Amino acid sequence: MSVGVLRFPGTNCDRDVFEALEGAGRKPEWLWHADQFDSRKHEALFLPGGFSYGDYLRSGALAARAPAMKSVREAAERGVPVLGICNGFQILCEAGLLPGALVRNRGLRFIDDWVSLRSVNKHAQFARAGGSARLPIAHADGRFVVSDDELKKLQDRGQIWWQYESNPNGAAHDIAGVMNEKKNVAALMPHPERAMHAWMGGTDGVGFFE
Amino acid sequence: MKIGVKVMPRQEVLDTQGRAVENTLRQNGKQLNACQVGRYVVLDLPGNDEAAAMASAKEMAEFVLHNPLIETYQLEKL
Repeated sequence: MSVGVLRFPGTNCDRDVFEALEGAGRKPEWLWHADQFDSRKHEALFLPGGFSYGDYLRSGALAARAPAMKSVREAAERGVPVLGICNGFQILCEAGLLPGALVRNRGLRFIDDWVSLRSVNKHAQFARAGGSARLPIAHADGRFVVSDDELKKLQDRGQIWWQYESNPNGAAHDIAGVMNEKKNVAALMPHPERAMHAWMGGTDGVGFFE
Repeated sequence: MKIGVKVMPRQEVLDTQGRAVENTLRQNGKQLNACQVGRYVVLDLPGNDEAAAMASAKEMAEFVLHNPLIETYQLEKL
């Protein structure tokens, strides 16, 4: 089975994700935002980073309502693993497939840096080993926000996936990545596809694509 | 005193954001003739003199809040 990689107008980490999957021995396949697809045909779905629809209205807001997302929703309900990276995280939150929202960084600036992460709860497919990871971030709207009640639920249900060792953007509870209640849909702001080889500066991203 | 500044793209300028939102709404079966996206700025100004507050808001709207080449603005007392 192939791994679907979603492309929206303005997605720009799609090739990196595609090659990361190929490098991990997976069979990636492009999925176009304007087309619905057969949600049973993919062993996993990836929503790469970028600036879908130019970040118009709110980051991820328009992409979340694109035709392809109907199929992503079906796949998610069916239990297919779905991974959102950066803008993919924003899209999944806007689609209501993940809790919370991502808003402008506390410092109001775009941040391009490497961060250290610790896994709080493990995902069954993506970066199964958990532990710690050092990955790049590149975002302006990376501050995860969620109501206090919802945060409590996320903690109780083990939905917090990754936390920053040193919070770069003001995210609630230092959250860098979360999962849905069923634990098949997951997303994080850092970019594992940019940490696949030593020459990139690190290899901690590899586990996300295996 | 609070004054609202409504900034909208001029009709003759292509409103790309409005067009993108319009397309998403249509794709999802919503009926509409058109959609424009602008921005709304709320200024909390000192004093209780409405005329002075409006004048001050107008000065700020023209200083930076809108670009007359591509946008129009309207003020309203809140």
